[in-house]
Amino acid sequence: MDTSENILQQASPGFARGSDTARAAKAARLSPSFISWLQAGPMMLVFLAFFLIPLVFVVIVSFWDYNEYQLLPAFSGRGYTDTFEGCIAQLPDLCTIGKTYLKTLKLCFLVWAITLFIGFWVAYFLAFHVKSKTWQMGLSLLCTIPFWTSNVIRMIAWIPLLGRNGLVNSGLVKTGLINQPVEWLLYSEFSVVLALVHLFTFFMVVPIFNSMVRIDKSLIEAAYDAGATGFQTLVNVVIPLAKPGIVIGSIFVITIVMGDFITIGVMGGQQIAAAGKIIETRLNALQFPAAAANAVILLAITFLIITMMSRIVDIRKEL
Amino acid sequence: MTETTRTTGVSRRTLLKGTAGLAGLAAGSGAITGFPYVMSAEPKVLRYLGTAVNEGDDISKQCLKDTGIKIEYITATTDDVTKRVMTQPNSFDVLDTEYFSLKKLVPSGNILALDAKKIKEFDNITPVFTKGETPGGKKIGNQGTAPWKVLYLEGKDSKTFAKTATEFVTLIPTVYNADTLGIRPDLIKRPISSWSELLNPEFKGKASILNIPSIGIMDAAMVVEATGKYKYADKGNMTKEEIDLTMKVMTEAKKAGQFRAFWKDFNESVNLMASGETVIQSMWSPAVTKVRSMGIACTFQPLKEGYRSWASGFCVSKGVSGAKLDWAYEFVNWFLSGYAGAYLNRQGYYSAVLSTAKAHMEPYEWAYWMEGKPAEKDIKAPDGSLLEKAGAVRDGGSYEDRMGAVACWNAVMDENDYMVRKWNEFIAA
Repeated sequence: MDTSENILQQASPGFARGSDTARAAKAARLSPSFISWLQAGPMMLVFLAFFLIPLVFVVIVSFWDYNEYQLLPAFSGRGYTDTFEGCIAQLPDLCTIGKTYLKTLKLCFLVWAITLFIGFWVAYFLAFHVKSKTWQMGLSLLCTIPFWTSNVIRMIAWIPLLGRNGLVNSGLVKTGLINQPVEWLLYSEFSVVLALVHLFTFFMVVPIFNSMVRIDKSLIEAAYDAGATGFQTLVNVVIPLAKPGIVIGSIFVITIVMGDFITIGVMGGQQIAAAGKIIETRLNALQFPAAAANAVILLAITFLIITMMSRIVDIRKEL
Repeated sequence: MTETTRTTGVSRRTLLKGTAGLAGLAAGSGAITGFPYVMSAEPKVLRYLGTAVNEGDDISKQCLKDTGIKIEYITATTDDVTKRVMTQPNSFDVLDTEYFSLKKLVPSGNILALDAKKIKEFDNITPVFTKGETPGGKKIGNQGTAPWKVLYLEGKDSKTFAKTATEFVTLIPTVYNADTLGIRPDLIKRPISSWSELLNPEFKGKASILNIPSIGIMDAAMVVEATGKYKYADKGNMTKEEIDLTMKVMTEAKKAGQFRAFWKDFNESVNLMASGETVIQSMWSPAVTKVRSMGIACTFQPLKEGYRSWASGFCVSKGVSGAKLDWAYEFVNWFLSGYAGAYLNRQGYYSAVLSTAKAHMEPYEWAYWMEGKPAEKDIKAPDGSLLEKAGAVRDGGSYEDRMGAVACWNAVMDENDYMVRKWNEFIAA
């Protein structure tokens, strides 16, 4: 009835002009799909204005030509060909971009694995070992305390600790464990991974904890009653049910680490190449199309990783 | 009652308007006519885009006092200044940038050349800029983007640099210096005299250069020449083969673990040196001063191959015209009139007009900073903190000795694009 009236009105606006009250009532009863659009609208507009449109521009600009001081709006693949310069000629050696991505992926994998391991057990402790809700809240708030200071400060705080004459080295030398200060503590892959783990473990803890507290405790009791060991319960009950949290946390960590260039720059002593670093150098040299091309490549690779992960777990179904 | 209210109004404005208001208060306290005068006075404001080198609270305060022009600083790194000129030319009035950026800025058409005839002290500008020689007649190294190569334009709106002097000046020079390596004499414990020491395996894992490609490549070139591996026709304008060669030498050193870290900004270089992570590295003069002021021995070491120099100056945005342009000229004229020059000289930089700066400095200061003589009294920084005790001599000696030993200038090469790609490879290696 409602829909037929709608169709009629659409077909000929004059037709249903019968009574004004009916029209007023109809206006008040907006169709459910319109209400959904209205509700999703603001977020959609923000998404469109601040994400999709800029992204389209980035893709367009990545195909422009450029010189020392301006963008030339003519189609050119130069941003991409420059990026992959010498990649075929250098085979079997990896070219710059190949090496850079391999290094970025390696750092990303290490950080992901470590934050997942630590994050999982912190969340497990909070969800299953801390019984009182108040303590759970209190302890998870405690996890956020480091976030009260800026990223950069938390990162830089490592430098006096790890340096050649830093706290760790002087402590080790004084106790006689080593004679010479250890060089690889700072400005190395070790320090980069350490800082990244320190910065981003929390992004793993929260989603995993969130999934875990929703696990019905009776399932764990049932597993226990059925004679499962603690390990079997963990593998067959807890991990499958915590999967959405694990995937969401992983997406956070992987996207941040793939794009990071500040932490890798500072903690790596500017000596370790990262995908984000290439974009920064290009921007500083006013080579915007080349920077855009690298941004597109980085986005594509990150997108690929996330697609693979969401193949493993259908987040929408699990939530 | 009304009298009180009015007086308060004037005093509040006085605070806001500074000296302009003072006149108003003097007039306003007695007669009513002073008040509207203050109201109608248009505030003279200039938005000043530049790196932090020339920017100081003391300079802007003194400028307001002397000329009534309020300076609003917009501080950015060298790269970001250039980026901003390209993308937002209307976001600033006065531009303070380096000569080597001009190769990008002038063709972009976003900056306005200044008229030399309107610059009072133009004829007194040091011959370093106009002739490429020191006041004493020493020829200065010509390699790279030397200021005199890009100082003049052919016409008002020309995008090509003039070979001879014209009245259209791309940048009115303000400040410049001769850079070299910074070292920790307490940790090295022997004399250092050549750029080649940067790659000496003795300092393995304790050396550093800066990760700004266009400057880093110049330091690398100084090193390569010093080791005797190659002699460049122009270090500031290499061919692709020369870039490959330079980066090969640096990459081999990097792979062998020569470098502890690369630095990108002032504070990073200070921290590396002060913490002892590095003992020899590319450095900027004020960063050396900063390390020294922390009580740590640090020398801005003169080297036999000479210095790598840089220079910066003022121009204005293309969009500036009318009264604002007059203020810009007034400001530039004020800047060259001595106070700012003396202020910069006291930080270890050099001012463009030496005579006016000298008039604003004590004779003992001039002798220490510019003539290379031992300090008669304690040398203080512009903020009053102690820099050197009496008897100290400036690293590298006098103005003549330092500027006369410049080997090359910071540059943008014709092959800049290729160089940046190679630099990325070096970092990734």
